[in-house]
Amino acid sequence: MMDWPFYLDSVFPALNRGLGVSLQLIVPSALLGLAGGVLLGSLRVFGSPRLRRAGDMYTAVLRGVPLVIQLFILYYVLPKIGLYLDGFSAAVLGFILCSAAYHSEYVRGAFLSIRQGQLKAAQALGFSPLQSIRFILLPQAMRLALPGCGNEIVYLIKYSSLAYMTTCVELTGEAKVLASRHWRYTEIFLAAGLYYLCLTSLASFILHKIEARAHIPGFGRQK
Amino acid sequence: MNEKTGTFPEPALRLEEISKSLGGRLILDAVSLDLRKGERKVLIGPSGAGKSTLLQCVNCLVLPDRGRIFLKGEELDQSDNRALRLFRRRVGMIFQDFNLFDHLTALGNVGIALQKVRGLPKAEAESRAVEELARVGLEGKASMYPAELSGGQKQRVAIARALAMDPEVILLDEPTSALDPELAGEVLTVIRDLADGGMTMLMATHQMDFALALADEILFMEQGRIIEQGVPSLLLAPGSGTRTLDFCSRLALGAEGRI
Repeated sequence: MMDWPFYLDSVFPALNRGLGVSLQLIVPSALLGLAGGVLLGSLRVFGSPRLRRAGDMYTAVLRGVPLVIQLFILYYVLPKIGLYLDGFSAAVLGFILCSAAYHSEYVRGAFLSIRQGQLKAAQALGFSPLQSIRFILLPQAMRLALPGCGNEIVYLIKYSSLAYMTTCVELTGEAKVLASRHWRYTEIFLAAGLYYLCLTSLASFILHKIEARAHIPGFGRQK
Repeated sequence: MNEKTGTFPEPALRLEEISKSLGGRLILDAVSLDLRKGERKVLIGPSGAGKSTLLQCVNCLVLPDRGRIFLKGEELDQSDNRALRLFRRRVGMIFQDFNLFDHLTALGNVGIALQKVRGLPKAEAESRAVEELARVGLEGKASMYPAELSGGQKQRVAIARALAMDPEVILLDEPTSALDPELAGEVLTVIRDLADGGMTMLMATHQMDFALALADEILFMEQGRIIEQGVPSLLLAPGSGTRTLDFCSRLALGAEGRI
């Protein structure tokens, strides 16, 4: 029943090529998105009122507008004001901006759930506000935010398929091209789905490892 | 010099007319006090009298609206953040609910300010932290996290953390009121050792017997003012008719509710 030569000669090479592009989209988007989210989340908690408001607005807009529209804006609208991004760059930028908004929500919530007395204790020892955030609050906030941020990274793996909309042919794009060429949608999309499932499973596994390594008694997940 | 009737020549801490309003309510009403080197003063008074706010105003964790603060005769510029940080390094603070850093071991809690604030190398900070933990009887608990320690142990770590900074004055904000009586005992022992070592202290407490044993002077606060102060034996002399005596006897009877 399985048409192995078709898989080996056509499907896997195409999907592997797409997987390579997908990884190039996902890895920088995940890392920079998380870094941006930590920065944005910190600003939304500790920034001046004006910065906080700006951060809240940014998050509201990025969470409130469909990602496809955001990608279209980056790819089709920016050129009108003289900013040209190729499909790949537009997709990565869009993913970073969007996932930073989501990460910032998890980070913000985590900061707010830390007992405030610790900030007083740090101040009383002579820590500057920045040092208190860096050495006392952030390490705790990141542990609390980790499950949520991990979730967002798993989402990112899946919504990276939207890069196809900016003509960046990644895993989903390769599958679609191949499927319409051979008229064999079922096998090809099932295979592509499995590729994504492997990616998200691998990501979950790594995230769990990180959570376990960062585990501290009394924090988050109870053993 | 630490005899109760002795003299304390060198001024350590001086507050002048500290006032603070919070939410439109006057919490501190021009409070002044002097603390000389090695002197131990105890703040008592009903809940809401302003004891905790006063202690937090001393190192500007709560910024006073008005008033001046002196350490060893030098006035603190309350608007200068750098000066504030340097000042806070010299004034230790112990909180009612410990406020340990939850993500650090006992050793890390004591060592982190040595490293990040005083800039000691890691190894030096650690060996100092080990020493301070031993001083409060917790040498075996260095690798425990706050969630693994009892309340009394947490407070002792907090004391070690403050002591590691070599403070000139220590402020204690009801250090035992979050603890069961049997756990309070181990913390009181540590504080008594500190006092015997000549540490300058300003402490708010509801633990009257302890206050009496420790205090060179009792400051009785009510409605944001120090309304009585003096040597415990005088303030609490039977028949002295002081507000302090009245408060203490009602405390003893449990009439004040929370003790």
